[in-house]
Amino acid sequence: MTDTTTKAPERVEEQGKRSLGALLRATEIDTRLLGMVVALLVIWVGFHVLSGGTFLTARNLWNLSVQTSAVAIMATGMVLVIVSRNIDLSVGSMLAVVGMTMALLQAEILPDLLGFDHWAIWVISLAVGLVLGALIGGFQGFIVAYVGVPSFIVTLGGLLVWRGVAWAMASGRTIAPMDATFQLLGGGSRGSIGETWSWIVGGVAVVAIVVLLTNRRRQRNKYGFRLRPMWAEVGLGAVACLAVLGAVWVINSYPMPARLAQQYAEERGIVWPEGGLIIPLGIAVPVMLGLVVALVMTFIATRRSFGRYVFAIGGNPEAAELGGIKTRWTVVKTFALMGVLVALAAAVQTARLNAAVSGLGQLSELYVIAAAVIGGTSLAGGVGTIAGAVLGALVMQSLQSGMVLMGIDAPLQDIVVGVVLVVAVAIDSFYRRRST
Amino acid sequence: MAQVVEERTPLVEMRNMRVAFGGVHAVEGVTVDLFPGEVVALVGGNGAGKTTLIKTLSGAHPADSGEIRIEGKPVTIANPRDAKVYGIETIYQTLALADNVDATANMFLGRELKTRWGSLDEAAMEDATRKIMGRLNPKFLNFKTAVNSLSGGQRQSVAIARAVHFNARILIMDEPTAALGPAETAQVAELIKQLKAEGIGIFLISHDIHDVFDLADRISVMLQGKLVGTVNKTDVTMDEVLGMIIIGKLPHEVSQTELEKLH
Ligand SMILES: Nc1ncnc2c1ncn2[C@@H]1O[C@H](COP(=O)(O)OP(=O)(O)OP(=O)(O)O)[C@@H](O)[C@H]1O
Ligand SMILES: [Mg+2]
Repeated sequence: MTDTTTKAPERVEEQGKRSLGALLRATEIDTRLLGMVVALLVIWVGFHVLSGGTFLTARNLWNLSVQTSAVAIMATGMVLVIVSRNIDLSVGSMLAVVGMTMALLQAEILPDLLGFDHWAIWVISLAVGLVLGALIGGFQGFIVAYVGVPSFIVTLGGLLVWRGVAWAMASGRTIAPMDATFQLLGGGSRGSIGETWSWIVGGVAVVAIVVLLTNRRRQRNKYGFRLRPMWAEVGLGAVACLAVLGAVWVINSYPMPARLAQQYAEERGIVWPEGGLIIPLGIAVPVMLGLVVALVMTFIATRRSFGRYVFAIGGNPEAAELGGIKTRWTVVKTFALMGVLVALAAAVQTARLNAAVSGLGQLSELYVIAAAVIGGTSLAGGVGTIAGAVLGALVMQSLQSGMVLMGIDAPLQDIVVGVVLVVAVAIDSFYRRRST
Repeated sequence: MAQVVEERTPLVEMRNMRVAFGGVHAVEGVTVDLFPGEVVALVGGNGAGKTTLIKTLSGAHPADSGEIRIEGKPVTIANPRDAKVYGIETIYQTLALADNVDATANMFLGRELKTRWGSLDEAAMEDATRKIMGRLNPKFLNFKTAVNSLSGGQRQSVAIARAVHFNARILIMDEPTAALGPAETAQVAELIKQLKAEGIGIFLISHDIHDVFDLADRISVMLQGKLVGTVNKTDVTMDEVLGMIIIGKLPHEVSQTELEKLH
């Protein structure tokens, strides 16, 4: 009797504690990702306060989205490389070679062959860049997988070699200008999809979320598996849809600078009113590209057998081989895929700069690896998510932009980013140890 | 040696197999065979070369020399994929599971079920995994957790499930019950009998002499890389098999005093 009376309150409390965890578990949300989102929001609010209210503005967030895109694109590929127990240190130098190639094609070679401003110039140079990226990446992957040189060494060599090649290609000159259409990839003054299209993209995303959730539920129902409670399903869908629409709304609140808007109005024969016009830029093209890449890479990582193999190799290479997986070929493919993503990032960066210089992409291997690792990718292999890496890239870029807004000078910025990297991984490994 | 003269062609013949690691002769001229619906136990002390021998059949390790015939036809098995083409499934002593993915992913590793659009059909794979585990180890419920957080026995169940799911004709089991509890071991014994009745040939490696006598039709004994001999279970006693394993002498070569010294 005494036993029950003393124990009862405890049990209630325990249940109360558990229910928050149970609530989360019912939604089957990845708590690590949720933690990252929260961390990102904390960083944003922190900078907003510290910078005197300049961080959480449509303008800054729009810029943040554009600045993040190149690193985010590459980080999605780095996740798979690291998951397969490899590393690619050569992405920055590879970016320079590919960027230089695309620039030379557009500025010097193709105009001579096809004539200046020919419509096919951007298509050809982008295609050549993508193929070149795949070849360089695949070649490095081949040495790793079939010759058996550790990827750290192969890509360290690559870091030096490709940087040298990029330099030699232009003897240090700046190659410019880029093709007008190609420049859209950089998200410059015209490289945005506009207000209407942004809303359409948001709408499509909302429909896709609903379709995906219902589809999954129907599929699991068909086999009689346990389903999420309805409230969790609806709640999750609602939060996701609101987040998408909120992001579009923020992006669409950033108007073109006045001079640009005036030009835009003139071209379309719109009368320029007294107080000026507010014409939203909409989602920038590189951001669209980054979003598409993130979606496709998530699909590849989680819904294709290739992705499954990459994870299996990272978990136990011998088991993967015994399971009948072509492990070496799979590794070559991850490096080739990394190369393709580097080429996309190279296109974004050269388009944005409207030029290629041989210093292009310097140090970006470090930012890309840091983004993947902050995003929860384990250097031991076998663990990582694409969404995490994108969030990681966003965290890195937020730190940098925030510090620029606060007027912190470059050396201190580097110190902070370095410390955050180590602390983030320390926290992550702490929670990982506790959860297993 | 009392050998049954079989009229049928064996399902598997491994002739004069040799594997060396540097100077170590792990397998030295071993010849074994296996008929449909038969269980051949491979026994021997630690390091006798049992695992190395079956790895040449499962494609995990190439033989230095020797010939493998499947249903009388010479075949080359250069990798695990080749072995699977011939219907050879293996439960490895090390289990060979990818620790970071779940039971379902391990079950179908390398042979994923796809949807119409070529993407992974997770639900169908999970369903199949649940069905087979229901037969094998009904208490198994951890379908969504990475296998590194499973118990040794649960992991072994996953490895067994994977080997029996794909309609093997030839099954290699390298100490399949080493980590299992008594109930689960009985379940696996039941499974072996069932598979045998379906006409599947099974190489069973085990250190448990009682299991061997319970399940095997013939027993091949290895010692220090060499085959001591192959005997019919019904022709020998457990002591005689122990004599083969430890002293390396066939039943008619061994003296009673030598056998008694084993105890
Ligand atoms: N990868 C390897 N490299 C070098 N030597 C090896 C390797 N694998 C096995 N060996 C050697 O080959 C011999 C036979 O080993 P094997 O694993 O086949 O024995 P086993 O009969 O399966 O033993 P156990 O009952 O302990 O599993 C041993 O001497 C071992 O040291
Ligand atoms: Mg062994």
